[in-house]
Amino acid sequence: MKRRDFVGLTSLAAGALFLPSIPGFGLGNSVDPAQLLDQVDTAVKKRMADAALNAAKSAGASYADVRIGRYLNQGIFTREKQVQNIANTESYGIGVRVISNGTWGFAATNDVTEAGAAKAAQTAVGIAKANSKVQKEKVQLAPQKGYGEVSWKTPIQQNAFEVPIAQKVELLLAANAKALDNGASFVNSALFQVNEQKYFASTDGSYIDQDVHRIYPTFGVTVVDRASGKFRSRQSLSSPMGLGYEYLTPKAADKVAGPAGSDITGYKMSYDMLEDAAAAAKQAKLKINAKSVVPGKYDLVLDPHHLGLTIHESVGHPLELDRVLGYEANYAGTSFATLDKWKSGKFQYGSKQVNIVADKLQPGSLGAVGYDDEGVKTKQWDLIKEGILVNYEKIRDQAGMVGQNESDGCCYSQSWQDVQFQRMPNVSLQPGKDKLSVDELVKGVDKGIYIAGNGSFSIDQQRYNFQFGGQVFYAIEKGKITGMLEDVAYQANTQEFWNSCAATCDASDYRFAGFFNDGKGQPAQSSAVSHGSATTRFNGVNVINTARKIG
Amino acid sequence: MAILSKDEAQNILKKVISFSKADECSATLNGRMRGNIRYARNNVSTAGASDNVSLVVESRFGKRAGVATCNQFDDDTLRRCVQRAEEIAKLAPEDPEYVPLLGPQQYLTPVSFAQSTASITPDFRAQVAGDSIAACQSRSLTAAGYLEDGATFTALRNSKGLEAYQQGTNLDFSVTVRTADGKGSGYAVADFTDVSKFDAKAITKIAADKAAGSVNAQAMEPGKYTVILEPAALVSDEGLLNRLFYELGAREADEGRSFLSKKGGGNKLGQKLFDERVTIYSDPLNPEVPSNVFDGDGLPAKKMTWIEKGVLKNLYYSRFWAEKNKVAATAFPNNFIMTGGTQTTADLIKGTAKGILVTRLWYIRDVDPQSLLVTGLTRDGTFYIENGKIKHPVKNFRFNESPVIMLNNIEAIGKPQRLGGNLVPPLKIRDFTFTSLSDAV
Repeated sequence: MKRRDFVGLTSLAAGALFLPSIPGFGLGNSVDPAQLLDQVDTAVKKRMADAALNAAKSAGASYADVRIGRYLNQGIFTREKQVQNIANTESYGIGVRVISNGTWGFAATNDVTEAGAAKAAQTAVGIAKANSKVQKEKVQLAPQKGYGEVSWKTPIQQNAFEVPIAQKVELLLAANAKALDNGASFVNSALFQVNEQKYFASTDGSYIDQDVHRIYPTFGVTVVDRASGKFRSRQSLSSPMGLGYEYLTPKAADKVAGPAGSDITGYKMSYDMLEDAAAAAKQAKLKINAKSVVPGKYDLVLDPHHLGLTIHESVGHPLELDRVLGYEANYAGTSFATLDKWKSGKFQYGSKQVNIVADKLQPGSLGAVGYDDEGVKTKQWDLIKEGILVNYEKIRDQAGMVGQNESDGCCYSQSWQDVQFQRMPNVSLQPGKDKLSVDELVKGVDKGIYIAGNGSFSIDQQRYNFQFGGQVFYAIEKGKITGMLEDVAYQANTQEFWNSCAATCDASDYRFAGFFNDGKGQPAQSSAVSHGSATTRFNGVNVINTARKIG
Repeated sequence: MAILSKDEAQNILKKVISFSKADECSATLNGRMRGNIRYARNNVSTAGASDNVSLVVESRFGKRAGVATCNQFDDDTLRRCVQRAEEIAKLAPEDPEYVPLLGPQQYLTPVSFAQSTASITPDFRAQVAGDSIAACQSRSLTAAGYLEDGATFTALRNSKGLEAYQQGTNLDFSVTVRTADGKGSGYAVADFTDVSKFDAKAITKIAADKAAGSVNAQAMEPGKYTVILEPAALVSDEGLLNRLFYELGAREADEGRSFLSKKGGGNKLGQKLFDERVTIYSDPLNPEVPSNVFDGDGLPAKKMTWIEKGVLKNLYYSRFWAEKNKVAATAFPNNFIMTGGTQTTADLIKGTAKGILVTRLWYIRDVDPQSLLVTGLTRDGTFYIENGKIKHPVKNFRFNESPVIMLNNIEAIGKPQRLGGNLVPPLKIRDFTFTSLSDAV
């Protein structure tokens, strides 16, 4: 993260935190909220797309694709009893990617006309030709048939942009009130809504119109104990989702209780923000005086909200083929999951209980789309099968490098003005096939810790060594939750950790954790991804105590 | 078009203000030209260029504010943009943290623009990538690097008579060099206002030497070590001091939720919190790291001391928090300068009996905001020092450490170097806490 991007995320910028230019969110220009309901006619987009494709071919491109994208965002920000900001943004433009002389070229424009599209295509071909002079390996694309004129829409019940802003503000302020009533000193809450209206066309003969929706309600509660000078926070247990406003209408069937004695509620396809805000304030208060953990080896029971981040960092990222091949060496890093390990067919990534799939399909997930940003229909595939590494995450220009002839359909760009590249699909741990409840799972643990919610996270550039915190920690003694703990973080090696996986609960406990701002690439791009899992047990993990005195 | 002159910019802004019917109106023009090239596996992977100018209009009726933007500047578009900001303002809730717009201000003369950098061409970028790749290929090493350069301007004007303009240029370059067998990795990074000071080959050579020298790293027991932290470990993308610099806000401290909050209430202004050799300030006119002379609110930036001889001298006050506490508001700082001595990193190594040299840190995240404890890992060049010499490369470590504790455990401070627009010296620190080993190279 650059110094200039850093400022929005720290207390220094607290006064000015919630401006339209939030990294990875408000990329566009401010607009009237009414404009967020507009759509552009598909016929108009097709004409502009054809102008770009024809111009690219005339200029000498052997392949071209064009993305006409309208990216709409609304963010509502509050603290305690007041609204801090309401941002409505739109970003509209065209990105053209071409192959000429076996080399990629890309150009983008906010001149959304047939002439603008053609000019961008010509510029892209010019860049490809210039770069081809220093290029040694020619780009090889996996074959892809054209789909003709097709469309896809996120299966939402209620478009969040249609809900009056006043109603959303009311919800956030009500959540804040719940937190304050239950002892919070401070509370910030926010609601992010995203609509990507994406039109893709390529020289393969595809014209793909997609309408993608995402939503993310969140809050953070802080309790300050002035007498001791201590402060503790608890973040919301919501997840960003590929859903409409229906996510904010709580349904009893979507609530999943944590183990007996824990006061944790997990959420599936709908979220009870008021209930969670009240619980957060109570838990943050308890954290002030919770027992500080004794470092050592513990059996960990990880809830899906927490485990999703561990999956993201220790499985999702190391299996991105561009990292494995070295394309991200200067920034995000490379990967321990090297090609020789995969080729051996017996690299034991995890224990037999570990079945991890990648997909871009699961309804409600952030990764779900009909087609990716290079016109490939999406699918599900195995990454780890009964503990063995079986595949990677790859796109059209990578498949050939590992002897495959099909993209996995996980190419994505954060906007029309950035070039699309390989991004993480949903990566999910399959629930256990045998019936197993969270209480049954905890019952078998003699000395352990139950962790709910994701917190502090850090992992090396090849994804071996990681350290994770959480939101709420409970001691497990002789099969029972005995009380809250604080200052907990666990450190492990990816392969050892996944091989210590002892059991995972059944499908009734399965739910998503999601991330809105996964960063990769230079210049950095943000993408959104979900990770499904059920509550899971890992044996004998090293836990450290993170409390330090600074005088 | 992307970099407007002062007169061109102010002429547009004057028109905008004249179209306003609101109680208060402010207008900001931002422009940038930016180019980049990226390479990996000794091949160029992507390259791009973009330019954009955008206008932001903020209109206010009483305590209600609305914002609208546009990127075309004919009279009709400007008028519509002002109208839209006014319509949004009328619908907005009252802002309880409203402060009136600033009137006319006195600004320093900025020195942060170099025409040489604004004139960089795609051919120059390709040459940089080509030179960097060639320097590695000839040694059977693999380069992955990124160059980004840009020129920017900002012009402000408001209905209270405030008028401001500044330009800036910047170039960021970083390169990671790896050995063909993947057993060695080295990193180097630098940034400049003026491209004429930039030498891609020399920077690449530092990374290449570190890569070649870090093959077959030996494992050492985690624990407390004396370390020499190079500037890239302190600032750059991931740095131990970033977190400290950006945690200097008065509001969080006063609210009781910062490491600068005082037990029982209030903040730690005036207290000695660090070793007496620690002095940190901001200065927009420092010739090595020139920066903006005003912030987004139009507040004048000037030399500001945050920590002097270990004592917390100033905190950052937004205009709202300053007014509430009856103190002067602080312009948002754009650079941090930590004073030091004359010793180079090589000199610091010479004076070290036993220690670890750290090139770079990675994936730094908060663990406990109460103590500012953070965790992260060493990366791309970690070496064991014995009797004043680099003895052998060592496997990477995970650390858990607080920059506050670190700045109380100083053994020596080297000569400040520019990085990420800041000026920071290499630091020799005792009892730095490594908590586990990593196999990552």
